[in-house]
Amino acid sequence: MKGRVHVAGIGVISAIGSSVEETMLSFRSAKSGIDKLSLFDSIHQDALPVGEVKLDNLALSDRVAHRANLTRTALLGLHAAKEAVSNASIDLKKWRCGIISATTVGGMDKTENFFVDFLADQNSGKLRDVENHECGKSTEIIADDLGINTFISTINTACSSSVNAIALGARLIQHDKLDVVIAGGSDALSRFTLNGFNSLMILDGEPCRPFDAGRKGLNLGEGAGFLVLVSDRVARAEGRAFSCFVNGFANTNDAFHQTASSPEGRGSYGAMVGALKMSGLEPEAIDYINLHGTGTVNNDLSEGTAVRRLYGQHYPALSSTKAFTGHTLGASGGIEAVFSVLSIQEKCVFPNLRFETAIPEIGIVPQLSFETGRSIKNVMSNSFGFGGNCSSIIFSANDATL
Amino acid sequence: MSAQKPWHREALGELPVSYAGDRLACIEPDYSKYFDVRQLRRMSRIIKMGMASGMDALREASIDIPHAIITGTSYGCLEDTGIFLTKMIENQEQALNPTPFIQSTHNTVGSQIALLLQCQGYNQTYTQRAFSFESALIDASMSLEDDPQQFILTGAVDEITTASHRILQRFDIFRTGSTSSLQLFKDKVPGTLNGEGSAFFVLSGTQGKDSVAIEHVVTLYKPSTATLSNAFASCVGSSLLRPADIDLVLVGKSGHIAEDRDTDNIVSNLFPSSSRAVFKHLTGEFPTATALAMALASRIIQGQQIPDWVIEKDAHRPPKNVLIYNPYFGIYHSLILLRAC
Repeated sequence: MKGRVHVAGIGVISAIGSSVEETMLSFRSAKSGIDKLSLFDSIHQDALPVGEVKLDNLALSDRVAHRANLTRTALLGLHAAKEAVSNASIDLKKWRCGIISATTVGGMDKTENFFVDFLADQNSGKLRDVENHECGKSTEIIADDLGINTFISTINTACSSSVNAIALGARLIQHDKLDVVIAGGSDALSRFTLNGFNSLMILDGEPCRPFDAGRKGLNLGEGAGFLVLVSDRVARAEGRAFSCFVNGFANTNDAFHQTASSPEGRGSYGAMVGALKMSGLEPEAIDYINLHGTGTVNNDLSEGTAVRRLYGQHYPALSSTKAFTGHTLGASGGIEAVFSVLSIQEKCVFPNLRFETAIPEIGIVPQLSFETGRSIKNVMSNSFGFGGNCSSIIFSANDATL
Repeated sequence: MSAQKPWHREALGELPVSYAGDRLACIEPDYSKYFDVRQLRRMSRIIKMGMASGMDALREASIDIPHAIITGTSYGCLEDTGIFLTKMIENQEQALNPTPFIQSTHNTVGSQIALLLQCQGYNQTYTQRAFSFESALIDASMSLEDDPQQFILTGAVDEITTASHRILQRFDIFRTGSTSSLQLFKDKVPGTLNGEGSAFFVLSGTQGKDSVAIEHVVTLYKPSTATLSNAFASCVGSSLLRPADIDLVLVGKSGHIAEDRDTDNIVSNLFPSSSRAVFKHLTGEFPTATALAMALASRIIQGQQIPDWVIEKDAHRPPKNVLIYNPYFGIYHSLILLRAC
C-alpha cells in the first residue's frame, strides 16, 4: 500500500517535563533535568546524577488514573501514550489500531525490591511486585487503558528500542495491516540499571557533556515518548493536515562488540545512510540531527566519526538532548522522536548543553543555543544500543498539500 | 531445542520423553560441536540455546550469513538477570562484575548471533509474551513482501531458571503431583507444566528444497468470541481456503481445564473434519512455545506424517494445510497457517 505515515500526535515525559509544553519550556530556558537521585535509596545517591521525572509513582498514578503499585515503567508509558492520543484527537474506535511499545527495564523497578525478600526466602516477596515484570506487560497495561486490542507488540533492542517500535508501526501502516499505531517506549530508573551501567564504568559523576572533548560518561535518565502514527487514509478521513511524516528509517547491527561501538562507527553510519536511502533525501537535506550522544567516550567518538564520514565539514545543526534528559535507555528513541517532531513543528533546534571543546579526532561543534525561526524540513534522530543495535529515523515536514 | 529430542525429519518416529513434576527442561546438545572452549566459557545457557538453534537452521538452509536476524523472547536472559540482581543485593551495590548485566538484555541472543556471523543487517528482538515469536514472523513476512530474495533468520527462545520456576509456581499455574507429562491432557487435573526451548528458522520469499510456506500469522489480544471466530475464517480465507481445507489443527492446549474446554469447543466447531493434535505435553507451556509448534508442524508437513504421540483426533488426511492455534492463558490467541509447497 505504501503512502505516507503521518505523525498525528505526540506525548512525552522526562526529566525536563511531564508534557510537551513543559518540555519546550525547559528547552527554551536551557534548563536541564539532571540532578541528584531521589527516587530510591542507593549507595550511589550522592555520586551519580540522574535525569528523574519529577513526579513520584503516587503523583503519576493519580494523573493516569491507575493504581500506584503499577511499575513505574507502566506509569510513565501510560502518561506519555495518553498525552499522544489526546494530542492526536482521533477517535481510535473508528480504526484498526495497534500499539508498539519498547522497554529495556520492564517491571524491574518493582522486581528488584521483590528479589530482596525472595533471596532471603523463596516463599516471601509480594507477587504483585513481579506480576508485571515482563516487558510486554507494560504494553498490555497501556493497550487496555486506550482500548486497543487489534495488535500489540513490544521491542527490546536496548537503547535503540523505541525508534524500532516507531519504524515497525510505520511499516504496519504501509503494509495496510493497521490504520493507527501508537508507537514509542518507556523506561524507569532502577537500581538494576544504575548499578549495571556503573559496573561498566561509563557513568559520569557530574552532569554529562555529550560530544565534548572532556566527556566522562552518561547520566541515566527515565521517561516515555510516544507518537500516534496514521495512514494517508486516516488523514483524509479526519480532514486533517499533519505537520510531518515518517520519511525514512533503518536498522543495522554494528556486529563489533556487545557494548562498545566500532571505532569507525560502521553501524551508526549504516543506519544513517539507510534512513536517507529510504527517504530519498541527500544528506544535505537534513536540517537537524538529534544525536544519540550519550556522553560516553566511545559512543560520541564513534557516532561523531560516522557523522563526519557522511558530511565532512558541512554537517547540519546537531545536538544531543541527553544533556537535558539523561540517557533514557529504551525510551530514548521515542522521547527523541518527539523532540524531532517538535523541531519541525516549532521550527527550532535544541542546544547541546555543557559543551566547551570539540572532540579533537572529529572536530564537531554542536548547536549551542536554543534557536527558533529556522527552516526545518527534515530531522534525523539516532539511537544506538548495546548489542550493536543501531537505528536511525527521519521525520519530514508535510507540504501544504497532502 | 525442547524437552524432547530434536525433531529432525527422520526422528519423528521416535517415542517422546516423559517427565515427572512441573518443569520440563530442555534436552541440550553437546555445545562443543557449535562453539569453542573460549566462547563457551562466556556464554550463558540461553545464548547457547538460541545460537545453536540459529546455527542449525542456517546449516539446514545452506546459508552462511542471513540478511536479517529477528528474535522473540518473553523472559529474556533470566539467568544473567538473576545473577546480577543477586550480586547487587548481596554485595550491597558494590564491586559488581558487569558481564551478567551486559548479557541480561533481551537482545543479547540476537546480537550475539550477529556478532558471530558478522551480520550487519536488520536485527530485531520482540518481547510481547506469547506474541514474541509471532511478532518476529510478522516482521519477517513484511520484509519478505518487500524483498523476497532475502534470507531472514527468525526464531524464539525462552529459558527456565530455578528462581523463575519458583516464582511462577507461586502463581499457582502449574500442575502438582504430575508423574508423567505425556498424560497432561489425559489426567483431568488443573494446571499446566513449565517449559523452555528454542527454535529458529530461515525464512525467504523464494521457495527452496523442502520448503514449507507460512501463509498467514495472526495475533489476537483479548478478542471477543466473535472476533476470535472471525479471525479463524479470515486467516484461512486469506489463502483462498475454507476451514474444511485445513488438514490438521495443531492446538496449544495447556492443561488448564476450563480454557482447554473452550479451546476444544472452538476447534471442533470450526474444523469438524480436520485432524487435531496437541504439543504442550511435549514442550511444556511458555510464551514462545509456538516456535516449537512451528518446528513440529514443519517436520510434519515435510514428512507428510503426523506422529501418534501428538494426535488427538485423526481424520486420516495428508497434512498439507496445517493451522497452529495457540491460546495463552485466555488472553493471547495466535494463528499460524502453514502449507506444503
